[in-house]
Amino acid sequence: MAKFMLGRKAGMTQVFDENGSVIPVTVIACDPVTVLQNKTVETDGYCAVRVGYEEYKDTEKETKKDTAKTKKERKKERRKFGSRPHRGQFKKIGVKTMRVIREFRTDEEYEPGQVISVNEMFEAGDAVDVSGTSKGKGYSGAIRRHGMRRGPRTHGSKYHRKAGPMSSAATPARVFKGKKLPGQLGYKRVTVQNLSVVQVDGERNFLVVKGAVPGPKGGLLEIRSTVKTKKK
Amino acid sequence: MDYIKAVEQPYLRDHYENVEIGDRVNVHLRITEGSRERIQVFEGTVIGRKGAGLNETVTVRRVAYGVGVERVFPLHSPKVVKIDVLRKGRVRRAKLFYLRDRVGKAARVREKLPTSNK
Repeated sequence: MAKFMLGRKAGMTQVFDENGSVIPVTVIACDPVTVLQNKTVETDGYCAVRVGYEEYKDTEKETKKDTAKTKKERKKERRKFGSRPHRGQFKKIGVKTMRVIREFRTDEEYEPGQVISVNEMFEAGDAVDVSGTSKGKGYSGAIRRHGMRRGPRTHGSKYHRKAGPMSSAATPARVFKGKKLPGQLGYKRVTVQNLSVVQVDGERNFLVVKGAVPGPKGGLLEIRSTVKTKKK
Repeated sequence: MDYIKAVEQPYLRDHYENVEIGDRVNVHLRITEGSRERIQVFEGTVIGRKGAGLNETVTVRRVAYGVGVERVFPLHSPKVVKIDVLRKGRVRRAKLFYLRDRVGKAARVREKLPTSNK
């Protein structure tokens, strides 16, 4: 069974296992998700479930077709409740508009409008993959970004932190695609595989996994059953 | 809600407020050998405390058979049964790493006597 959940990173701490050893853990706040739509092979060509997460704070007022609104007003509204197509997905099944919509691949069918909390999905001992957006490090050099070695600092060397030779000369007379060069580091999607679930709290809605997960505190995380080992 | 606190709460135990830097202490440890369990005592000087909440640790140093031994104990670990203070130390800093460079008589910590602070 493919399990899934959405959450936000709350931070790291440590706990003790039954032997008294310290295990480093990440706490993930997982408020319940609401099922919006089932995707099936017949209609969509693949099967998945689409869920919403995190209700908007303000309740949406019933708005008329907003031709009368100024551009600024519409922008404000979008920020408060999401775009109209976004809102429509919630309106269709009659639940409150939520900030996040995500899809997870699964064979199972869920009831649209069904609310799923963490303890219904995961239990301690499960192995999960956690995806999120890593912390942005800005534009970084090849040494920091790709772990290249630097040149000598002294002895007349003028080759310090460069990215090395680009390519050979006459053949191939071009730089291969994918050559490791300086550029944006971080702030991209990262998945950490095969973390074990230490604790699940369905009352207070959080999940504790062993090890680190990508991104800053408060960053959105997707938690899925792992693609690695098939743990029972 | 503070999720971190919620996770740490059930693990929190005594944080041994009376254990201060420079104190001579006995740390009672629960050792499991196979199915048997016994208590081992580690005696030494507290040369540092570090961290807060569940992550708090004490570093205890002793010289055993001429070899300096330092152990770091997580205060909230279930392995630490109790910590007895044998003797209070009079020290002027928070970390006593200078003891590592000293041998014999020079590596002593003066005792803090209750009468000495008038």
